[in-house]
Parts: sequence; structure tokens; C-alpha cells
Amino acid sequence: MAWVWFHRFGSPPHFYRLARRLAPWFGWPALILCVAGLIGGLGLAPPDYQQGDGFRIIYVHAPAAWLSLMVYVVMATSAAVGLIWRMNVAHAVAASCAPIGASFTALALATGMLYGRPMWGTYWEWDPRLTSELLLLFLYLGYMALRSAIDDVARADRASAVLAIVGVVDVPIIHYSVIWWNSLHQAPTVMKFGRPSMPASMLVPLLLMLAGFTFYFGALLLTRARGEILRRERNAHWISAALEES
Amino acid sequence: MRASRVAFIAAAASLMGRDLRLALRRAGDSLLPVGFFIVVTTLYPLALDPSLSSLRDIAPAALWVGALLSSLLALDLLFRDDAQDGALEQLALCGQSFAGLLLAKTAVHWLLTGLPLVLVAPLIAITLGAPYAAMAGILAALLLGTVALSLIGAVGAGLTLSLRRNGPLLALLVLPLAVPVLIFGARATALAVQGEPIAAPLYLLAAIAVLFATLSPWALAAAVRIGLE
Repeated sequence: MAWVWFHRFGSPPHFYRLARRLAPWFGWPALILCVAGLIGGLGLAPPDYQQGDGFRIIYVHAPAAWLSLMVYVVMATSAAVGLIWRMNVAHAVAASCAPIGASFTALALATGMLYGRPMWGTYWEWDPRLTSELLLLFLYLGYMALRSAIDDVARADRASAVLAIVGVVDVPIIHYSVIWWNSLHQAPTVMKFGRPSMPASMLVPLLLMLAGFTFYFGALLLTRARGEILRRERNAHWISAALEES
Repeated sequence: MRASRVAFIAAAASLMGRDLRLALRRAGDSLLPVGFFIVVTTLYPLALDPSLSSLRDIAPAALWVGALLSSLLALDLLFRDDAQDGALEQLALCGQSFAGLLLAKTAVHWLLTGLPLVLVAPLIAITLGAPYAAMAGILAALLLGTVALSLIGAVGAGLTLSLRRNGPLLALLVLPLAVPVLIFGARATALAVQGEPIAAPLYLLAAIAVLFATLSPWALAAAVRIGLE
């Protein structure tokens, strides 16, 4: 009995309607949080005493980098759920994650390069975190390439799920092996335990942006997953009824 | 020992014997990756300054990038023929642990393509200016590294089993996953060339090889089963 909700989750019509109902609950908070975070970060926060106004790019850079990792974990988790319980909806969610994650990774890389130019004097430095971000982008691209190379949807789902799970085991190893090099990158300031080494006027907008980006990802994922389900179930009977409701 | 375990060992041994016999009758195929490795590492002195002192600095990179690419090239031999003539399906149906049998196949694959690469590596290393004292370190690092590369590569080969032309895709899938092996292997080799202790990266390389040997058979079995459907 306790598993009924789980199996209902796996039914495409149910998930489609749920996603349509939930998407605004992610989209609007995302907009509000991002606007508040941007006003706080670009307007109210004081310039950094060393980096001047250049540091303000972290209000986009840090959330993008955070999401690039989180999306991979979400993708691998839903891929594993799809593989274990043979749940088509979970595979659709994993498939929708990949382009979003790749975009956030590319955004984190681009903003990181722009950040590096004034701070390090160069766009690209073989710094551990930039490098592991680049490798993460390759993992996303490999996932998407494998998925598009296999014509049969069910087989593409399961093969790419195995790849995502192998990747999620390997990502920490890649990350820590890359850290072996000497780093120019400043140590993480937000995730440090204890007192964060950032004044509240800078930190609060950053946290708002982190929350805003996460909600934005939720809205994006629900919308993309709906599209993916529509594409997969295009011959099913429930589609016309569901489309008329909206 | 339980009877089922005896049966598995017998099956794995006969599978390995069969793979070895097949490969030895077409020895040219198995030697191609080693030839590729030798040619690629020869290109570095031609493209760079051929003085031994400057080659010594890039020797670890040349060895490891060559090893990575040649192991990638060799993956085509792993499942291709057995998938085409249905031997893989028989393995999946034979009732023994599919993951174990695929691990045995991968071990043979390493014997045929990984081990020769390790054996010619000292020769290449000398032509690239590495000192004789570094040979033990280079051999140890490549021994562990090629094992890890064969294991992670096998998963990629399994995932692309059903595709006709899989070369570039296989590279995109496998190379990012193999980065830790490259980093620790090249680091161990560089330290060996400089005459410094190499224990730390070597242990990490061994840890990666053990982890891949533990986990990759399950991923491999899942990937090949999907490819066979």
C-alpha cells in the first residue's frame, strides 16, 4: 500500500499532469529568488576589497557550478530508478536532465573563464576545478551522444542509464584526482563548515541565487520531461484528453 | 569448494582458453594496438625537439597518452566478433555468472593487448630518454594502469556493442572516465623518471584498478545484456 504513490508516479499520464501542475510552483519562486539575488548581489553587496566589482560574477558562476553537479546526481538517480523498476517516466526525466546539466556546466565554464581573466590574468588555467568541470561537460556530452546514437528508445534508455551510473561512481574519483595538481582556485567559501568567510551582505544574495537557480532547474526539468513524455507517448490515447485539459 | 563454483571456474577457464587460441591464430589483430602504441610514441620526438633531455620531460605524457589511445583502439577486438557470431548470447544463456565470464574475457583481452604494451614500454621509455633506474616504476605503473584501462574500456565497449560505427563515440565515453588512470599513471611515471619515490600515485593507481575490477563486471554485464537484446 505504501508503494502506491511510487507506482502512480511511474504512470505517464499521472506524471504529465503532476508536472504541469508543479511547474509554476518552481518557476515563479525561481524568478522571485533570482531577481532578489541579482538586486542584492549586483546592487547592494559591497565590492570585494581585493577583487573589486569583478567578484560579482560568482552570483552566476557558483550557482551554475553547483547545479552542474546536482543535475548529474539527479540524472544518475532517476536513471537508476528507471533501470531498477523499469520505469519509463524515470528514464524520460534522466533524458531531460542531460541537456540542462550540460548547459549549466558550459555556463559555469564560461563564467569561470570570464572570472579568471581579471583575477588570474588569463582566461584558462589548468586549475583542478575548471578541469573537472570540463571533464563533467565531456561526461554529459558522452551521455547525450550515446543516447542519440541508439535508435531504439528503450535500449537507449537502459544503455545511457548504465553510463550515468558508472559516471556517478567515477565523478568523485575524477574530481579528487584532478585536485592533485597545485591550485590557483580559491578554496570553497560557501560550503566550508563553521562560520562562512564571507560577510552576510555578500552571502545572502549568493544563497538566494543558489536557491533561485535550483528552483529554475526544477521548473525546466518538469517542462522538458513533459515534452519528452509527449514525444514518447505520442500514440497513446490519454494524450488528446490531457492536451484538451490545458 | 562448492560444485557450482567448480563449474564456473571450469567454464571461465575454457572460455579463456578459447579466446586465447582464437587470438593466437590471428595474432596480427592482437598486435595492432601495440604497433599503434609504438608508432604514436615515435611521433613525439619527430614533432618536438629530438634532444633526449627535453624528451625526458614529455616521456611520461607520451607513454600514457599512447597507452590510453592504443587501449581504446584495442577495445574493438573485445566483443565485436563474439557479438556477430552469437557466442556472446550463448555466454549470457549458459547459466554461469555472466559478469564473471565477461571479467574472464576482459582478462584475456588485457593479456593480449595490455601486457604486450607494458612489455614494449621500457624500450619506448629508453628512446624517450628515461633513465634505466626508472624502468621498474614505469613497468609497475603501466601494469596497473593497463588493467584499469581494460576494465573501464570494456564497459564502454559493452555500451556501444549494438552500434555499427562506434569509434569516436567510444572515445567520448571512455576517455573522460579514464582520466584518473592517466593522471596517477603519468604522475607515477614522471616521479620515476625524476628518480623520486613513486609509492603514493602507485597506490592510488592500484586502488583505482581494484575498484574498477570490483565494480565494472556488473556494469559490463548490464551493458552487454542491453546490447544483445
